This record gives sequence, structure tokens and C-alpha cells, in this order.
Amino acid sequence: MEKEKKQGEKGTFSNVILPYLRYIGNRLLHLIPVIIVISIVIFTLINLMPGDPVLAMINPETTANMSEEQRIAYIETMRKILGYDKTVFVRYFLWWKDVLTGNFGYSVALNKPVSDFIGTYIMNSFKVNIVGFIIAFLIAIPIGIKSAVKKNSRYDKAVTVISMVGISLPSFFMALLLVLLFSAILRVLPFSGMSDPRGVRPDYLYYILPVSVIVLGSLAGLIRYIRNAMIEVLKADYIRTSRAKGLSEKVVIYRHAFKNALIPVITIIGFWIPALFGGSIIVEKIFAWPGMGLLMNQAYQFKDRGVLSTVLLFFAVLTLFANLFVDIGYALVDPRIKARRIK
Amino acid sequence: MSSALDNKKLNREHEKIVSPTMQIVDKFKHNKLAMIGLFLFTFLIIVIVGAQIYIHVTNYDLANVDISKKYMKPSAQHIFGTDAQGRDLFLRVLAGGWISIQVGLLSTFLSIILGVSIGAIAGFFGGKIDTLIMRGTEIVSSFPFLAIAMTISAIFMDLDVQLRLYLIIFILGLLRWTGLARMVRGQILSLREQEFIVATKALGISNYNQITKHLIPNVLSYVVVSGTLTFAGAILSESSLSYLGLSVTEPIPTWGRLISLSAKNSIVMTNYWWTWIFPGLALFILIMSINVIGEGLRDAVDPKAQYVTKEQKLRLKEKRKREKERAKRRKLAKAAM
Repeated sequence: MEKEKKQGEKGTFSNVILPYLRYIGNRLLHLIPVIIVISIVIFTLINLMPGDPVLAMINPETTANMSEEQRIAYIETMRKILGYDKTVFVRYFLWWKDVLTGNFGYSVALNKPVSDFIGTYIMNSFKVNIVGFIIAFLIAIPIGIKSAVKKNSRYDKAVTVISMVGISLPSFFMALLLVLLFSAILRVLPFSGMSDPRGVRPDYLYYILPVSVIVLGSLAGLIRYIRNAMIEVLKADYIRTSRAKGLSEKVVIYRHAFKNALIPVITIIGFWIPALFGGSIIVEKIFAWPGMGLLMNQAYQFKDRGVLSTVLLFFAVLTLFANLFVDIGYALVDPRIKARRIK
Repeated sequence: MSSALDNKKLNREHEKIVSPTMQIVDKFKHNKLAMIGLFLFTFLIIVIVGAQIYIHVTNYDLANVDISKKYMKPSAQHIFGTDAQGRDLFLRVLAGGWISIQVGLLSTFLSIILGVSIGAIAGFFGGKIDTLIMRGTEIVSSFPFLAIAMTISAIFMDLDVQLRLYLIIFILGLLRWTGLARMVRGQILSLREQEFIVATKALGISNYNQITKHLIPNVLSYVVVSGTLTFAGAILSESSLSYLGLSVTEPIPTWGRLISLSAKNSIVMTNYWWTWIFPGLALFILIMSINVIGEGLRDAVDPKAQYVTKEQKLRLKEKRKREKERAKRRKLAKAAM
């Protein structure tokens, strides 16, 4: 009996990798209706933007010397070139074609195709958010575990109250308080930007404030989440068993409890990463950090359709990938789900 | 004789019957933090509503510009000081609070109605309807919330101020019901299997009455808790939108807007700190008090959560003291050895 089981668990393609692939494929299929709805929403929103998109694309200098008739004819030809003479329905599919071939439209404000500069903005956003997320995670794990283990102690209560403050403090207010303290009063950190135009200050100084706002903003929620997950796990029978076996408290908590508490924590990554990037719209505006959030703020002011649709697509794709990542991560980590879902 | 009296006392104490609602109220009352939150919240609401009445009665013009009073420090006359146009910030901050509370309450109301009805329908009917509705909920919840809210708000930038207020309420309400729907569905799925619902079915009570009279009252306490937290979230989202200049616009001040006006310029920000510290603090205290109330309600509603009465607390304190002393003595004894 035991022998059979062991043979079955050997890593052969057909019984280990194939179910995973099937599972991932299944999840991808589930994404299709989501993608369709979100793309329709984004397309509708972009088309609802006030103002004529054709006029926005035309450089006023080229039409300045034309007569009225010439101008109208020019606008009509431009309308045809840009595809705005077709019905909304056709344009939706044309938009899809453009997106799939890597053509994200043209930025009116920066006078460049969006695909030329979008990469650097995405990278800038990733730099500050991922660093912040990792630091927040590394701080939250020990605090969350300690306050779960010492549930209802003074330490736990203090952590609960402080994280309550953290959740209630709006990120822009926190950012301004930090700027007031470190940039205006102590004068040790720069107000905003990503690097020193004179090249005097080292670059990392510019990271400190935005990253701290992101860390402080997500820390409270993460700590509470890890604490609650740990409390649930610590109630389980296998924890009592491992204690009864005489394992040291450290082994019980870190090897048995925390590993299992990580399972619900994985879900939070799925919510957290999109929320993080969404929240950084505000952080990037405050610190003039040249990322997706700042780009989005500029896109509103100039009614820049190309940039706006790309930024919205970016946020949507990020959310979808995060959800997919959670589903797959779940299946990889939790053997119970693996057994249930893959079959 | 004396033992009989003791028995009587015991019985009287032990037979005190407390209804579930009273238990919840009792638990909430014993939660110090939640009571402080409730007090702060009531205080803020009274002040904000009072200021609103004052503004309406005296026809006070919030947009009234008086350059001679530009950037005055907080004083007895202007408790929060004045802004760049010499307008009194105390009244402007309180007027901003009125917007926050309106947006928070009405959008929460909208999301509760949506969330509860959609969740109840999905949970009650189950099967294909449930799958379909939950797929839809999943799609809405995977929208990038702030980005979509910003875009919708930017599209209708030219609307009238009052209409923009309703627009913001609608955006927040329509995008934030998914968590509630999921929670209500889960609760109703488990309630549906219980005997009293089977009984209502056997009695031939209509589906509508089953849902509204028998199922929803049973999840109401959870809805109140999650509604409180949604309320805090809505106020936070509104302030974020208004910080980006995408909420209700001038002449009506909002907290986010007041903060962003002085955050534009580092000199204004450092020299005239009162222009943004006060709206920020008001926002923080309001959200914090609601969150604390919500947490208190969650503990109060949870039948598994224990609450500690004053006597128990004192006893715990004494116990801790005794343990500490014992530990001290043990240490001393060890040192003496």
C-alpha cells in the first residue's frame, strides 16, 4: 500500500506537471470573460472623455494657414486616418488589434507614441512599490506573529491600536507630515523627484520618503492580516499535537504554525499589489515620482486618451495577473486545495 | 439561615436573563476603545452639523475672499487660522466634513443595498444564478478601483457642483459593494440549510418574504459591522479623489482639496502649516473613530468573542501583580542561592 503511494508521488510528467498545466489553463479560461468586460469598460470610458479626439490630435500650426474649407477637408482626412469615421463597434476591435500588436496609441501631451516611454514609467512605479512591499512584509511578519502568539497581551493591544492608526491615516496626510518633518524642518531628505538635477545628492535619498509612505500605509493592514491568520492556525489540532510531542515553542510557531498561516497570506498579495499600485497614484503625485500614477494624473489634465487607456490597461492587467498568481500560488502551496481543485 | 440567603443571592445573580441585543450593547459598552471612538464620532458629527446649520442660517459665504486677512495664524477669532484668500478655515474645514459625511453615508447606503440584495439573491437561489452573479461580482471586484473612479469623475468634470456630489456618491457606491455581497452570500448559504428556513419553505412563505423577513434579519448584524468599515473606506476614498481634484469642486471645500491646495508648494506647506494640518487631523480622527467603532461592533456581534467586565479586569490585574511578585521573589531566591 505504502509502496504504491510512493510510486504515485514520483515526479512524472503525466501525474504531476500535467494537472498543474490543466489547472492553470482552466484559470486562464476563467479570465476571458473578465478581460472582455474590463476592456469594454475601459474602451467606453476613453470614448466618453469630453472633447473631439481628432481635433486633439491635430497640431494647430498645420491648420493655421489653411482656409476654412481646406481645414474641414484636412480634419476629415485625419478622421479617416485615425479610424474615427468607423462605428464604435468596429473601433473596439481595432483597438484590440492595436493593443495586441503593441501599439498603445499616441500621447498628445508628450508628442510621442505611448509605447516609446511607457516602459520607463512602469519600471519607476515597480521600483518604489516592490521595494516598499518587500520591506513592509519583512517588518509585518515578526510583529504579526508575536502579537498572535501573545494574543490579548499588552504588546498585542498596543500593536492593534497602532495599526488602527495606520489604517485610518490617509496616505497623503502621512506623506505631508513626513515631508514637513524630514524635508522642511530637519532638511535631510529632498522634497520630491527621483534624482538630483545637480547630481549632488545620492539617488537613494529620493527613495526614502515615498518608500516609507508605502511601507507605513500597508504595514498596518498586513500586520492585522498575518495576526488573524496566525491566530486561526494556532487553534488547530496539529499545533496542540506538535506541542504535546514536546517540540520547542520556536519550532511549533515557525515551522508548523507560520507555514500554514502563509496560505491565507498569499491571498492578500493578490489584493495588495493592485491596491498598492492604485494607492501609489497619490504617493507619486505628492513626490512627483515619474511613475504610472503621475502619468495618469497628467493624462487627465491634457485629456490624453492614448496614455489614459494604456494606464488603465496596465492597472487592469496587473489586477488580473495578481489574481491568477494567487490562484496558482494557492494550488502550489496548499496540498488540500491541490487535491480538490486540480481534480 | 445564612446559607439560604446566599443561595437566593446566587440565584438572583445567575438568573439575570440578557437578550442577545442587550448582550451586544453590553459588550460594546465594555470596550473602552470603541466607546472613545463613539464619543469622538458623535462630537465631530454634532460640530459639523452645527456648523452647517450656522452657515445656512447666517447665509455665510464660504467663498468670500478677504485678502487683508491672508494666512492668519490660528487665534481666538479664527480657530484654525485663515487661508490664502483670507477665508476662515474653521468653517471651511467643517463644511468639508459635511461633504465627507454625506458622501460616506449615502454611498455606503447604496453599496449596502446593492451588496445585500445581490448577495442574498445569489445565496438564496444558488446553482446557476449563484455562479453567474458571483462571476459578475468577481469581475467588478477586479476593477482597478481608484483608477476607474478617477476616470469616471474626470469624464464628468464640467457638471454642476451638486450633481458632482451625487456622481461621487454613485461611483463609490457602485464600485464598493462586492465584499458585502460575498459576505452576505456566504452567510445565507449556511443559513439556508437550517431548520427555520426549511420550516418557512414548508409553510409556503413566498421567496421574497423568506429572504426579506427571515434571512436578511439574521445577517443584519454582520451587515452593520461591514457597513461601518465601508463607511470609513468611502470617506477615505472621497478624500483621495478630492486630493487629486476629482471630487466635489470649488466653491465647496473638501478635506482632500484643502490639503492639496497647500501641499502644492513647499513654502506654503512649511510656513502655513495650519492650512493642511487641521483638515488632515479632522479626516484622520473621523476615519479612526469610525474604524474603532466598527472593530468594537465586530467584537460585540461575534458570539465567540469574550468580553471582560470591570470586576474581571481588576481581578486580572491583581493576578498579574501577584505573578510578578512571585517571579521577583523567585529571582531573589535564585540570586541568594
